[in-house]
Amino acid sequence: MYSLRRFATRHSRAFEAFYNFAEPVILPIMSGLSKLSGGRLDAPMTWVEKQAKGALFDCQMCGNCVLSSTGMTCPMNCPKTIRNGPCGGVRENGNCEVKPEMRCVWVEAWDGASRMRGGDKIHTVQFASDRSKRGTSAWLNILKQRELEAAGRVKSAPPRTQ
Amino acid sequence: MNAPDHHPFVEDPGSPLPPLEGHVSLGRFERVLRAGQFAVTSEIAPPDSADAEEVYRRAALFDGAIDAINATDGSGANCHMSSVAVCALLSHIGYSPILQISCRDKNRIAIQGDVLGAAAMGVCNVLALTGDDVSAGDHPEAKPVFDLDSISLLSTIKTMRDESKFLSGRKLDMPPKIFAGSSINPFVPPVENRVDQLKKKIDAGAEFIQSQYCFDLTILKDMMARAVDAGLTERAFILPGVGTLASARTARWLRTNVPGVYIPDEIILRLEGAENQKREGQKICVELMQQVKEIDGVHGVHIMAYKQEEFVREMVAESGVLDDREAWAPEDTGAIA
Repeated sequence: MYSLRRFATRHSRAFEAFYNFAEPVILPIMSGLSKLSGGRLDAPMTWVEKQAKGALFDCQMCGNCVLSSTGMTCPMNCPKTIRNGPCGGVRENGNCEVKPEMRCVWVEAWDGASRMRGGDKIHTVQFASDRSKRGTSAWLNILKQRELEAAGRVKSAPPRTQ
Repeated sequence: MNAPDHHPFVEDPGSPLPPLEGHVSLGRFERVLRAGQFAVTSEIAPPDSADAEEVYRRAALFDGAIDAINATDGSGANCHMSSVAVCALLSHIGYSPILQISCRDKNRIAIQGDVLGAAAMGVCNVLALTGDDVSAGDHPEAKPVFDLDSISLLSTIKTMRDESKFLSGRKLDMPPKIFAGSSINPFVPPVENRVDQLKKKIDAGAEFIQSQYCFDLTILKDMMARAVDAGLTERAFILPGVGTLASARTARWLRTNVPGVYIPDEIILRLEGAENQKREGQKICVELMQQVKEIDGVHGVHIMAYKQEEFVREMVAESGVLDDREAWAPEDTGAIA
């Protein structure tokens, strides 16, 4: 929902605070449920994530969530799905060159980041999203990645340029 | 030369230059910049034709006036000869082309293949662009790709060149020696964050930057001052873009219809008031080149003279930005000019 999405950007700091508080609670619960159910609850949990993030951020379920690095604005709503925006085509009024009626996702992102305590994360170069994760739960993916890293079995990390 | 007979660089002038310390490519463009000279670049519109001679004719218009030629990649999302092909043709006879790669039409598999292939054919420079959306061009029904964005593309080139591997981690037998660049547009929102965007591009691997049309020097100077303060002009070469406007009508059309083009009213009024608008547009371009050269942290200028390419040589001479230097040109231009 477009209006809620804009609301989330305007209140990025509150959403950031909520997420920072909720993450250490939600992720272990998800991890526990996933393990206890032998993965059978992964689909319903993904559904819940999709509803919650979909309503608030117009989440496109790319499976590689970077909301906290993009001013609580989902970059997958950019028609070019730019992960390090904006592009050079932003209109004078701050709207998107492709969808003139929509505010540029990245104008919103820089604005949202400026209100956040951890807004500096927007300066970090993000690599392109892993398209094979599309439709999967970003939260479960974070858990899987952490487990792999803990076990020292990370196959090929995306480019790190900083 | 030890190259085998079929190698495109078996003879001058297309031979790759000997490696120099502190240089990432074997190309002339990087050398001009690293030598501290004020570089001039321009661009050719790849032809709607399968004719190589047409590419050579278009390049020859710039002989002696510019240090590198950008070959646009489906600019404005319109279909033309591929930029890889244009750059290969130009490299073959010794020019120093800049391969523009847009992320609109190709995914990471195709792009990495193109970077390797272009480097094998002698291309030394790549300009990484996200690209205009397909809706802007003559094939709006095409599928937009945008697998990477310009910054991911810069990271990709850097990974291939410096770590000698594909994004997958698979090793390259020989890495592409590419001098990588990207573009910026200081004139559109969020104006205050454009310098942050510039820094991200440099962090990702941009070694040179060409900008969108600059008609408002106040905004450009402000961004450059911030870039100098942040040390960015020590890390990358900045070439602001200047352009020729054929008339006030063209300027108005560009401003309304081309994404990211910002032309202040004063420029349009000046064109309207001129007897010969085309000539006035060129005069504005010459003045901008001279003024851009004076800005702290600027290393060159990029001239966009769409459909006025034949005047670039004149304008560069008139501006005097090359000082006494003459840019490289093939020795025998008679056959193709």
